[in-house]
Amino acid sequence: MLDYVTSYLHSSLTPGQAGNWLWALVYILVIFAGVSGIVIVMNWGERKALAHMQVRLGPMRVGPHGLMQPIADAIKLLTKEDIMPSEADKPIFWLAPVWVVMIAFSVFIVVPFGPTHAVTDMNIGILFMLGVSSLGVLGIVMAGWASNSHFPLMGALRSSAQMVSYEIAMGLAVVSAIVMTGLGGIGPYGIGSGAGSGTLSMIGIVQAQAQQHVWFIFKFFPVGLVAFFIFAVAMIAETNRAPFDLPEAESELVAGFHTEYSGLRWSLFMLGEYAGMVAVSSIAITLWLGGWLRPFPSTHGPAINIPFLWEHPEQGVVDFAFSFAPALVMLALAFFSFFNAMRMPKHPLLKIQTIGLYAFGLVLAGVGLILLAPPVRDRIQDIFWFVFKIACFMYLYIWYRATWPRYRFDQLMKVGWKVLLPLGLGVLLVTGIIGLGPEIAAWLKGVV
Amino acid sequence: MPQNYVPIFLFVAVVAIAIPATLMIGKLVRPNNPEKAKLMPYECGIDPVDNARGRYTVRFYIVAILFVVFDVETIFLFPWAVQYRALGLFGLVEMLVFLAILIVGYVWIWKKGALEWV
Repeated sequence: MLDYVTSYLHSSLTPGQAGNWLWALVYILVIFAGVSGIVIVMNWGERKALAHMQVRLGPMRVGPHGLMQPIADAIKLLTKEDIMPSEADKPIFWLAPVWVVMIAFSVFIVVPFGPTHAVTDMNIGILFMLGVSSLGVLGIVMAGWASNSHFPLMGALRSSAQMVSYEIAMGLAVVSAIVMTGLGGIGPYGIGSGAGSGTLSMIGIVQAQAQQHVWFIFKFFPVGLVAFFIFAVAMIAETNRAPFDLPEAESELVAGFHTEYSGLRWSLFMLGEYAGMVAVSSIAITLWLGGWLRPFPSTHGPAINIPFLWEHPEQGVVDFAFSFAPALVMLALAFFSFFNAMRMPKHPLLKIQTIGLYAFGLVLAGVGLILLAPPVRDRIQDIFWFVFKIACFMYLYIWYRATWPRYRFDQLMKVGWKVLLPLGLGVLLVTGIIGLGPEIAAWLKGVV
Repeated sequence: MPQNYVPIFLFVAVVAIAIPATLMIGKLVRPNNPEKAKLMPYECGIDPVDNARGRYTVRFYIVAILFVVFDVETIFLFPWAVQYRALGLFGLVEMLVFLAILIVGYVWIWKKGALEWV
C-alpha cells in the first residue's frame, strides 16, 4: 500500500497517465478545494473591485474590509429556505444545478497546472475540454424548462442560443492554435521546416510553446493575437458574463434561468458560473498564454550557482530572479494588508477589525516566507504562474462588468455570427498559409 | 492509453457524492414551511398568466440548426490541424476546398436573412 503511494512521487507523468488512482483522487480533491477557494476570493474581490470602480466602499462590516463576507453569505445561503415550485418538474429541477456544477468542474481534469500537475493528460485533451464545457448549456436549459415559469424559460432559451452561437467562433480560434503547435520554427515568425505533427494534448500544447520559444498569442503577430481576441470575446459570452449577461438580464428577466431557485441550489449555480469562468480562462491560458511558463521562458541569462540558494547549473540568473516572484507577490499582499491595518481609524469599536487585519497580513507574510524556502520555491513555480494568469483573467472579468453596458440580443447575435465567425475563418486561413510559407514559395517558383 | 481516461469517472463519482451530500446537509439546518403562494411560479407578484411552455420564436430553431452545421465543420478541421505539417500543401488545398463549400453556404444564409434577428 505504502509502495503504491510513494511510487508515484518520482514519476514524471500525471497520476492519470501513471495509473495511480489514489494520487489522481488527491489531485481531484486539491483542484476541487482550489477552485472553490478561487470562487470564495472572487465573491469578495468582485464586490470590492466593482464597488471601488463605482466610488463606493463595498462590504465593510463583516470582518476587516469585509473579508469575512463570503463566509457570512455561505451561512446565509445554507440556512435559507429551499423553495421548489409546485408546478416544477421535480427530478429535472433537482438535477439542473448539480449538472451545472459537475460540468464546470469536470473541465479541470485535463487543465495542466504544471508539466506533471494535472489529474490526467489525454491525447484529445482540448477536444475533451471543448466538448465538456459545451455540455453546460444542458444544465441551463434543464433549469429553465423544469421551473415551468415564463422568465426562466425565456432566460434559458436566450442563454442556449447565445452559447451555441459563440461556440463556433471559439472552436475556429482553437483550431488556429492547434495548427501552430505543429510548426517547428523558433520565435514569433519561425515558420519551420520538415514534417512534424501537432497535438491536442493540453500538456503537449504548452510544451510546443516552450519548444518554439514563443507564446502563441505572439506567434505570427498579429495572427495569434486576433485568434486570442476571438476566444476572449467568445469565452465571456460562453460564461454568460457582462456585457453578454442577457440570460440573467435583471431589468428584463428578473434573474433569467435561475429565477425560481433559492438558497443552496441557487448558490450551486453561482459556484458553477464562477468555476466555468476559471475553466475557460485556463483554456485560454493553456492555448495562447503559455500555460505554466513564466514570461520570457527561453531567456536564462548567465549561469550561476549559489550554495543552498540556487543549485540548478542548467539555469541562469534570470531564472533565479523569477523564482522569487511567488514569495514577492505574497509579501506585497501582506504589506498592503499591514498598511491598511495601520490606516484603520483608531476607534474602540474597530479594534477587533484592526487586529484581524494585522493577523491576516501576518498569515500572508508567513506564506510568503514559506515560499522563499528553496525546496518549496522551486516546486511552486509552475502552479504560481498558472494561478497568477488566472487571477489576471478574473480581474479582467470584473473590469469588463464595470465598464461595458449590456448588449441587446440582436446585436449579440450579429457579433457572434457576422463578425466573429468570418474573423475566425480568416485567422485560420492566414495561419495555414503563413505556416506553409516555404512550401507555397517553392510551388510558386516551380510555376513561374 | 485507455487508463488516461479513468480519472474522468473518478471525478464524476466525487461530484456525484459531494454535491448531493451538501444539499442533504443543508436540509438539516434550513427551515421548511411551504405554503401555496410561496410555491407559485414567480411572475412579479401577480397570478401566472397561462402556461409557461407556450410558443416561442422560430429564430431559436434556426440558430440551433446553423450551429449544428458549423460546429460539425469545426470538428472536421481538428484532424487536419493536428496533421497540418505532414499533409503540407495538399492538405491545405483540400481544406480550402472544404471551407469554400461551406463559405458559399454561409454567404447564402447571410443573404437569405437567416442571421438577422428581427
